Amino acid sequence: MPKDHGIGAPMTRREDVRFLMGRGTYTDDVNVQGQAHAVFLRSQVAHGRIGKIDTRAAAKMPGVLAIFTGEDFKDVGGNPAGWFIGSRDGTPMREPKRPVLAHGKVRHVGDAYAAVVAETYAQARDAAEAIVADIRELPAVVDMAEAVRNPKNRVHDELPDNVCFDWGWIEDNRAKVDAAIRAAPHVTTLHLVNNRLIPNAMEPRASIGEYNPGTGDYRLTTTSQNPHLTRLLVAAFVLGIPEHKLTVVAPDVGGGFGSKIYHYGEEALVLAAARRLGRPVKWTAERSESFLADAHGRDHVTKIELACEKDGTFIAIRTETLANVGAYLSNFSTVTPTFLHGTLMAGNYRVPNVYVNVKTVFTNTAPVDAYRGAGRPEATFSIERVIDVAARELGIDPIEIRRRNFITPDMFPYTTPVGLQYDTGNYGATMDRLVEIADIAGFEQRRAESARKGLLRGLGVNCYIEACGIAPSNLVGALGARVGLYDAATVRVNATGNLSIMTGAHSHGQGHETAFAQVVAERLGIPESSIEIVHGDTSKIPFGMGSYGSRSLAVCGSAIVRATDKIIAKAKKIAAHMMEAAPEDVEFRDGKFSVVGTDKSVDWGAVCLKAYVPHNFPHESLEPGLEETAFYDPANFTYPAGAYACEVEVDPGTGKVTIASFAAADDFGNIVNPLIVEGQVHGGLAQGIGQALTEGAVYDSSGQLLTASYMDYAMPRADDLPFFRVDHSCRTPCTHNPLGVKGCGEAGAIGSPPAVVNAVIDALHRGGYTHVRHIDMPLSPVRVWSAMQR
Amino acid sequence: MYAFEFARPRTIAEAVKALKRDEALALGGGQTLIPTLKNRLASPSVLVSLTGIAEMKGVCRTDDGMVAVGGGTPHAVVAREARKLYPALAALAGGIGDPAVRSRGTIGGSLANNDPAACYPAAVLASGATIVTNRRKIPADKFFRGMFSTALAEGEIIIEVRFPVPRKASYQKFRQPASRFALTGVFVARFDDGVRVAVTGASEGGVYRWKEAEKALTAAFRPSAVEGLKVSPKGMIGDLHGTPEYRANLVRVLTARAVAAA
Ligand SMILES: Cc1cc2nc3c(=O)[nH]c(=O)nc-3n(C[C@H](O)[C@H](O)[C@H](O)COP(=O)(O)OP(=O)(O)OC[C@H]3O[C@@H](n4cnc5c(N)ncnc54)[C@H](O)[C@@H]3O)c2cc1C
Repeated sequence: MPKDHGIGAPMTRREDVRFLMGRGTYTDDVNVQGQAHAVFLRSQVAHGRIGKIDTRAAAKMPGVLAIFTGEDFKDVGGNPAGWFIGSRDGTPMREPKRPVLAHGKVRHVGDAYAAVVAETYAQARDAAEAIVADIRELPAVVDMAEAVRNPKNRVHDELPDNVCFDWGWIEDNRAKVDAAIRAAPHVTTLHLVNNRLIPNAMEPRASIGEYNPGTGDYRLTTTSQNPHLTRLLVAAFVLGIPEHKLTVVAPDVGGGFGSKIYHYGEEALVLAAARRLGRPVKWTAERSESFLADAHGRDHVTKIELACEKDGTFIAIRTETLANVGAYLSNFSTVTPTFLHGTLMAGNYRVPNVYVNVKTVFTNTAPVDAYRGAGRPEATFSIERVIDVAARELGIDPIEIRRRNFITPDMFPYTTPVGLQYDTGNYGATMDRLVEIADIAGFEQRRAESARKGLLRGLGVNCYIEACGIAPSNLVGALGARVGLYDAATVRVNATGNLSIMTGAHSHGQGHETAFAQVVAERLGIPESSIEIVHGDTSKIPFGMGSYGSRSLAVCGSAIVRATDKIIAKAKKIAAHMMEAAPEDVEFRDGKFSVVGTDKSVDWGAVCLKAYVPHNFPHESLEPGLEETAFYDPANFTYPAGAYACEVEVDPGTGKVTIASFAAADDFGNIVNPLIVEGQVHGGLAQGIGQALTEGAVYDSSGQLLTASYMDYAMPRADDLPFFRVDHSCRTPCTHNPLGVKGCGEAGAIGSPPAVVNAVIDALHRGGYTHVRHIDMPLSPVRVWSAMQR
Repeated sequence: MYAFEFARPRTIAEAVKALKRDEALALGGGQTLIPTLKNRLASPSVLVSLTGIAEMKGVCRTDDGMVAVGGGTPHAVVAREARKLYPALAALAGGIGDPAVRSRGTIGGSLANNDPAACYPAAVLASGATIVTNRRKIPADKFFRGMFSTALAEGEIIIEVRFPVPRKASYQKFRQPASRFALTGVFVARFDDGVRVAVTGASEGGVYRWKEAEKALTAAFRPSAVEGLKVSPKGMIGDLHGTPEYRANLVRVLTARAVAAA
């Protein structure tokens, strides 16, 4: 019998009642008395010099209250990058200012250069059309290789070229890695594109700015994954509002996938406009604006070399990557292609020599930043694709070559040549599980069945490892982070014994309200229904860093555990006082406090009531109340890992790929709610398969986004996906957090793209198309068919 | 969207009159027109909705054995009501867009719009159907005039479409991965006196008849009859989702599959 509550129980999500029944409260659902509406004017060209912006006619249009341009913000701060990266030659990265509204130049299609605030949305939009901007188009910098080769056209005039930094990891190992590759008996080289993605959260971004002239207080209601981080950025860095005078509220948020981590100029604009007008100002993005102006993801061009012995033993990995940062540095844009990517380049394997080089490049495209997986999908894709090609070249089974190189359980903690220390894992065990659930043994028979239908069936397998639970502040600080990455929780016990738990983590689809309650219920022996999880409002919650990087349970969950343990310690003191015993003699079990060795006991409810009705407390030694806060800073990353298998059928007439089956065996350490974990993996797989088969943002050579709507940007749909086989029974608990959990939010998106591509290449080889070595994602029908033609 | 007036006539005569107003535009299911308005790419003064006109709705068999579809009939209704009368047409209608699109989008709107990737034009052309408007009857071969262009005059309303029913027919649609319109679609109709093949989604000239295939299939109605034919990529659409060569390949592959499925 599975448990029906507490840690390990597959409880259905309490938030589904509102999310699935249309009862959520999203930012656009919030309407503030007297609100005005903002509309942004966005560049139609990728690159242009802003001349005169004539707003006179617009200003006279009905309902218009204010018009803003870049001039209005030239004296306030820029939106900063959160992580410093140094170049190989010791020079610092280049950080051009990212203004609230474009100033001097527009740098990508969709770059906002003016905003109109009016009584109604339609009036604001009419007036925006009446603004006449003289924007002189400049040649666009779109292709990264060209941007590096030919720095004559520059995204930022003040920089000598279009490179943000040229990073080597680890630079001191470079010569050794070069030598190892030179001497190796076999080297497989592969050129790969990790396709650019547009996050497409179901809810577009939206923000409401409010200003109270009576108190000088600001309030920002916004679509954010991390309200405190947003507050810090907009208040301290951009607008110069004292932090304590700004409340940031992120109510229900309809998905983020990374794109809502960052602070965007629209948030600053609505606050500044609210201040100027003394009225609330609201903006909701249209879907087209999401395509053009949300931070995009991925966009790497990589050369990877894998050196091995003839028996497949890995000797060295070397990569050279161009990573697109777009027109401006978004908040996590510098860490994503570096420390979230290069440090994972040893994968699940013993590879003594690894060297990673990443050049980040400015282009006239939307900013690029972390997107579900963030750097780790790029690393996994490169490694797992090149291993597959090497296995084929060496005539070794793709599962076997991986097994031969696994870091084995006896080797943990294992320090990789790229600077991480994996605490625990068992990659052979996840592979064993995979072989079983994917029924690898039955593949040949299924292939024959597909062949009878005229279809080419292929099998693709890969492993992945990710660094999650982001992140140990000491470590990331040493690596250039400008923030700490702890999290925080406050546990408030009410007089009647139920609890409000305020968390720094933000839930936007992850199910925190359910899972966090299970953690506390288990610890206190009370039902989940007595526990409320409060998040998303800086005036209520402690200063936490929000949700991304599969960190919420591992980091914020650990803070909750620590705060709950403090509650238990305090409650024991109160119970001891009630039972006239020493606190050391009180034990707490199943919601009951008892004095060891006696039949004296008091229950949870009585202690809670006593805490708030503290008659006859010894006030010198016992404070009333039952409320505790804990900040938790992890000692290390967590390292979820797994093995995935995909079977595809390729239609040789059309090149269409159908996913016939997909199996995922993951090691997430301990599991709090297996139902939520399974849901997270399903969602991640859908996104990873989307990247592999359908999604891809394409700019033409003039910098126009060709995939600027769902007519051309292909999201994966339910009928593109099989019923997933998901298993997380392999569990090596994390060794350094109190729950032993690792995080599961990104795994599916990280681990699945190479499995799909490996499967398609396998299908083509088995079908006789042995000249096809690689196809860049997305593996759309036309790409597969074209590759098949000789 | 810009502001506009809205008219909802009950009869064809009322609709014709309403459409005489300056900058008036007919509104069918709105699946193409409403997004256009939302993007502020059109600014009609008045929208004349055709969805309240009973005489423009429904599917029936005519006395001379044709299947008649009212110009205001939504795709979902055709999918349901033509199932017995003209199964390949019903299947085509049932494969357009998603349930929301099918329950609003109409055959008249689809034909008037003549999107180069739309499905209905292939059925109309391959069946040799007749488009009946408030003014005249237009044979399919004269109706389509290239991408987004038809024989319709301003204010002319598609009242009905009359389909001769072939002995065998099949529509094979290869979906564009994002929009799920036809990246290429082929409708093959086999009549007693010959075979007609219409191709949508492929050509820069819009829907067209593939005459070589018609000839080959009239001689021998089997997939292998088209396998040897060459399709030139010249004049085929090239975009993110398909090169001209790819579309030329699809024309042949889908025609053979349509013959096999008919
Ligand atoms: C998500 C989505 C997916 C789609 N997928 C497909 C697909 O797979 N295959 C496909 O073929 N189509 C597809 N469509 C298009 C759909 O079939 C539309 O319904 C069709 O193109 C237009 O029909 P409508 O009735 O909505 O016309 P409207 O949008 O109302 O009008 C379109 C044009 O036709 C005119 N018009 C409308 N009715 C008449 C009439 N009776 N007489 C004269 N003129 C008229 C209007 O003035 C307007 O210019 C899709 C649409 C969407 C939104």
